[in-house]
Amino acid sequence: MMLRDLTRSLKTRGEKGLAPFLTAGFPDDETFLRLLGAASSAGCRMIEIGIPFSDPIADGPVIQESSKRALEAGMTLRKALALAEKASKTVPAALVFMSYFNPILRMGLEEFSGCARRCGVSGVIVPDVPVEEAGEIRRALSENGIPLIDLVAPTSSGSRIERIASAADGFLYLVSVTGVTGVRSALSGDLGGFVERVRERTELPLYVGFGVSTPEEARETARHADGVIVGSALIRIIQGARTNDEAVEKVGAFLKNMKQAMNESGRS
Amino acid sequence: MSVSEGSSRGRFGGYGGQYVPETLMSCLLELEKHYASAKADPAFGTELQKLLREYSGRPTPLYFAGNLSRQYGGKARIYLKREDLNHTGAHKINNCLGQVLLARRMKKQRIVAETGAGQHGVAAATVAALFQMECTVYMGEVDMERQRPNVLRMELLGAEVVPVLTGSRTLKDATNGAIRDWVTNVESTHYILGSSVGPHPYPTLVRDFQAVIGQETREQILAAEGRFPTHVIACVGGGSNAIGIFSAFLDDDVRLFGVEAGGSIHGHAASLSEGLPGVLHGAYSYLLQDDDGQVAMAHSIAPGLDYPGVGPEHSSLKDSGRVTYVRVTDQDALGGFSDLSKLEGILPALEPSHAVAFTRQLLANGADGADLIVINLSGRGDKDIESIEEMLKS
Repeated sequence: MMLRDLTRSLKTRGEKGLAPFLTAGFPDDETFLRLLGAASSAGCRMIEIGIPFSDPIADGPVIQESSKRALEAGMTLRKALALAEKASKTVPAALVFMSYFNPILRMGLEEFSGCARRCGVSGVIVPDVPVEEAGEIRRALSENGIPLIDLVAPTSSGSRIERIASAADGFLYLVSVTGVTGVRSALSGDLGGFVERVRERTELPLYVGFGVSTPEEARETARHADGVIVGSALIRIIQGARTNDEAVEKVGAFLKNMKQAMNESGRS
Repeated sequence: MSVSEGSSRGRFGGYGGQYVPETLMSCLLELEKHYASAKADPAFGTELQKLLREYSGRPTPLYFAGNLSRQYGGKARIYLKREDLNHTGAHKINNCLGQVLLARRMKKQRIVAETGAGQHGVAAATVAALFQMECTVYMGEVDMERQRPNVLRMELLGAEVVPVLTGSRTLKDATNGAIRDWVTNVESTHYILGSSVGPHPYPTLVRDFQAVIGQETREQILAAEGRFPTHVIACVGGGSNAIGIFSAFLDDDVRLFGVEAGGSIHGHAASLSEGLPGVLHGAYSYLLQDDDGQVAMAHSIAPGLDYPGVGPEHSSLKDSGRVTYVRVTDQDALGGFSDLSKLEGILPALEPSHAVAFTRQLLANGADGADLIVINLSGRGDKDIESIEEMLKS
């Protein structure tokens, strides 16, 4: 299913989307694949796969650490594509890549886009490519039927939101706070107002990420948004687990809880 | 492979652009707008000129290095543009004074900066003290160790120095730290980027604030010699001192040389000589990277050159052939340091010591028509004496 059909059908049904973020190859290739399976079994229809990069300027310490570990174990964009190809045969969830621009640029925009299609990638997020610079990669991806997912920040002006929304496809990724990814003690004060500001300007489903770390925060966020993206909280669970089995089990249970909490928001 | 069809703003040839998280875009647009209005405002120029003159001590001298000229063969007259005589000891203050005035126009109360050698950090801490702003400087742990005097200077000036423990623990990672801080505090904070790198408008802005080096040199060499130099030589890390002096001679018959850090068996920082175009810290430019697009570790004896990227305008000047980019090893740079110290009584920073060393090589190889040379002596070497002592011992 195309990403836009998936996110729209969820929205139409009133089901809140929960999209976990997992770092490719973390803590190792096999456990990473099992984590994708566990996330899908927990009811996640979309999973973000983070491609590790040497200089992740939009990430906080938790994801920096998982990226570093994965890089040290030899993870690359090409290997992540191969893992996605493997996963796409057994995991029904849509796989969305999140990669900084340089690894994609080095591989080549056309080659990456074609490869992503063949490997079953449904969407691509590039956190260091704003709408001004997105023309070529958006074109290369869309020739392969893959949307480039755009981000909107609390600092984006109304006219920027309109410009971004008119180019966007699939869903919009709302950065909940000004800052890097990671667990925070409190969510942004005016998330509702921010989501509303974007909602007024687009029909696209809105997913909120950066700093959502507990089922309660997910429920609160889902009252405003169509979906929630959770990353650092999961990576912390994996880092804290004594064994890989425990990591898979705990991530599955955590996502199930979160999903349940979010669905309660739909009924409230 | 090219991304030259991206935003046409802030491009040099195909290089440059604005590859940053969306959170920063409104701030970059605001900076661009304020910079345009400041340029059009005569009061801004007047205030900056006054600060450069009365606070930093400009114009800096253009000094004829007679002993060095004789030692290097006697066929060329070698001049030094004495940026080391600026307040705080390097060219970095030129840019910091300009940017802090912009920060004030934007009503920011806090400054964040990255530093490698510590010269930019000291300059940023200095202007923050002068304008009573808060200042946080990110510095790699390795650099804090090898440039200890500058860490102390920044702290005495009231800045907070945050050690960066990730990656190579040098300038690249300090820049990551500063960008992450900026993303988080973007409403209150101005990021004083210290080199002609980063997303638009930084490469243009930093070049413009450093262009004073070239403008003065042009007038001074005409006054002293009645003609333009045959060669202008500057070291290149990110490239701000080089673009500052080159910018005044781009349209003249003057040969321009950018000297990169050739390092040692432990690696190098010669992004233009050895790298491939890629995106780091917001700009598309030459970059040291591996086949998978991961940024490679740079190495240089000179912390200010120890950076895997380079300013986008230099990438364009390399491709067009207008500037020749060369490399000099750590060992040769130490030779340049020693020559200038013993022959002229000037302790240069390790960064411009690379430019001195290249001048020696150029003249030793009997370069055609090289008879009037200007070296941009971008900073003084006091910061380096401890680490040079270590290296000479080992």
